Amino acid sequence: MAEKTLIEVVNDGLRDELRRDERTFILGEDVAEGGVFKATEGLFDEFGEKRVIDMPLAEAAIVGISIGASLNGLLPIAEIQFADFIHPAFDQIVSEAARLHYRSNGTWSCPITIRTPYGAGIHGGPYHSQSIEAFYAHVPGLKVICVGSPYDAKGLLKSAIRDPNPVLFLEHKKAYRLFREEVPEDEYTIPIGKAAVKREGSDITLVTYGLMTRHSLEAAETLQSEDGVSVEVIDLRTVSPWDKERVLESVRKTGKALIVYEDNITGGFGAEVAATIAEEAFDYLDGPVTRIASPDVPIAPYSGILEEYVLPNPAKIAEGIRKLAGY
Amino acid sequence: MVSVKEISGAMGLNTEQLLKLYETMFMARAVGERERMLNRMGKGPFAVTGEGHEAAQVGTAFALTPGKDWVVPYYRDIGVALTIGMSPRDLLMGHLSRSDAIESGGRNMPSHFSSVELHVVSGSAPVSTQVPHAVGIALASKLRGLGEVAVTYFGDGGASVGDVHEAMNFAGIHKLPVIFVCENNQYAISVHVRKQMAIENVSARAAAYGFPGVTVDGNDVLAVYEAARQAVERARSGDGPTFIEAKTYRLVPHTSDDDDSRYRSKEEVDEWRRKDPLIRFQAWLEEHGVADKKAIDEVRAKVMQEIDAATEFAENAPTPAPETALRHVFVEGGD
Repeated sequence: MAEKTLIEVVNDGLRDELRRDERTFILGEDVAEGGVFKATEGLFDEFGEKRVIDMPLAEAAIVGISIGASLNGLLPIAEIQFADFIHPAFDQIVSEAARLHYRSNGTWSCPITIRTPYGAGIHGGPYHSQSIEAFYAHVPGLKVICVGSPYDAKGLLKSAIRDPNPVLFLEHKKAYRLFREEVPEDEYTIPIGKAAVKREGSDITLVTYGLMTRHSLEAAETLQSEDGVSVEVIDLRTVSPWDKERVLESVRKTGKALIVYEDNITGGFGAEVAATIAEEAFDYLDGPVTRIASPDVPIAPYSGILEEYVLPNPAKIAEGIRKLAGY
Repeated sequence: MVSVKEISGAMGLNTEQLLKLYETMFMARAVGERERMLNRMGKGPFAVTGEGHEAAQVGTAFALTPGKDWVVPYYRDIGVALTIGMSPRDLLMGHLSRSDAIESGGRNMPSHFSSVELHVVSGSAPVSTQVPHAVGIALASKLRGLGEVAVTYFGDGGASVGDVHEAMNFAGIHKLPVIFVCENNQYAISVHVRKQMAIENVSARAAAYGFPGVTVDGNDVLAVYEAARQAVERARSGDGPTFIEAKTYRLVPHTSDDDDSRYRSKEEVDEWRRKDPLIRFQAWLEEHGVADKKAIDEVRAKVMQEIDAATEFAENAPTPAPETALRHVFVEGGD
């Protein structure tokens, strides 16, 4: 099995799907030359101008045109260059793509995939670093995936493209080239809406997603070796719909829950996870449901010193685990 | 057999087609009036209709091939929906939010037309978000070699929305088979077109996107039809988009919740009532010997009969079961 980076498997996954189904095509800014992160590298050469379409700088059009093309038999895979720039398309995603099936009583459907790099940690400043999943996880009719590892990214990208609903596919940009992971060459998919237990444990349930999974695993290792605390790390992978059952099952076992997310703490997706645990696993809890997230400042300041100060990291997560373990 | 002799000024349409045009325009008028009446009777909570726009709507849609070409309308387009093949019953079922209403089964507001079979795309209420959809449909038509044309509709107010610019720009770059129809009735609810744009004809904008824009008298159904016919021909033969501005007037308030006397005078409305597209076309038909008063009355009686029957059907049709509100958020059985 080959070891691959996240960006390499996104490229592989796109190529596989373009080969597999001639209804698929890619549209976005700079996609013909490979895109700013090289996610679409080599695809224009293999598939040509009808399958890899460079778009004007117009995010509402990228999504709106994808919606239209999906109504007329195609499977668009749109790329928004940075998640921070998706906001002009909010109306098209929320009012149109997510509501079309419902408002037409199940007669029209909108099988589009919107890929976009998100997340901080690359000195991107306040406009190349945002986590946007909470805005969209709030919207019925839209599926939202957040990937931070190569294996998950490939299997979930394929599921997203094949899904008959609109899917927002968020790729953590710091994870793009941060590490390699064994990824099968053979075809596989990962179901949307299923979490993965990345590390089994018995004392605390840690729920996370995106790049925070890697940081959390590092913190869990530290706690195991230094404090003898056993942490179960669950990567949600999909935030909407999310795998409540898997999370609740773990919390009922450990009695303690820590939620880690990179977004601002207030109204972040972890708040929904916390509320659900409090509501549905109250009788099993042996400590407060707690959260580690970024403070409520625009994510993220450009200076590496400032950025490091606000973002969750393995040390901050380890501290959170220690505190919760004390109950 | 219908007469095939050329009728002067009929844009190549024969007697049967001309009468069909009139019938559909009258039907659009009467469905709008019926919906507003049902609203006043307390039977439908909301009505948005297009009285005055019939020539602009029916004239453009009449140039299309129903079921093959696509229409991506806005909420005033009763005439478009009827021309493409939706029935008064379909629209009145939607107006009364009946469970079997094909538009939405009671989920969307009335006049949010939809039919998968007829290629009428379900719309929303944010203005002009539908315009990029028509461009995407046209892109797919071109990529797949389908020969289908997409027509999208919006008002003079809708023309101000950024999505229209983004959509027209892309359509021009790729010479897509799409037609942009602006029903310019001079008011975006209460805001006059002079406060909406600094130019006389919004069709002038087309030049900036690299395709032709035409302004037509939107109350002259034959002029509108001819502009649309040429635009469809251009689109079908690969020459790209056309922008059609049909200048018209809304003879009724914006919706059942609007009082138009707050922003325009009775004299102004009365002046436009004298330019009513139905009166004008009826006069034309009589002048050109296509139909006399008796024939027109027969058409109108037939339409009213259909609308009465549709109203009765819709009023007696079942309302949605409450728990169905939870269905169709996602494609069922999709994964």
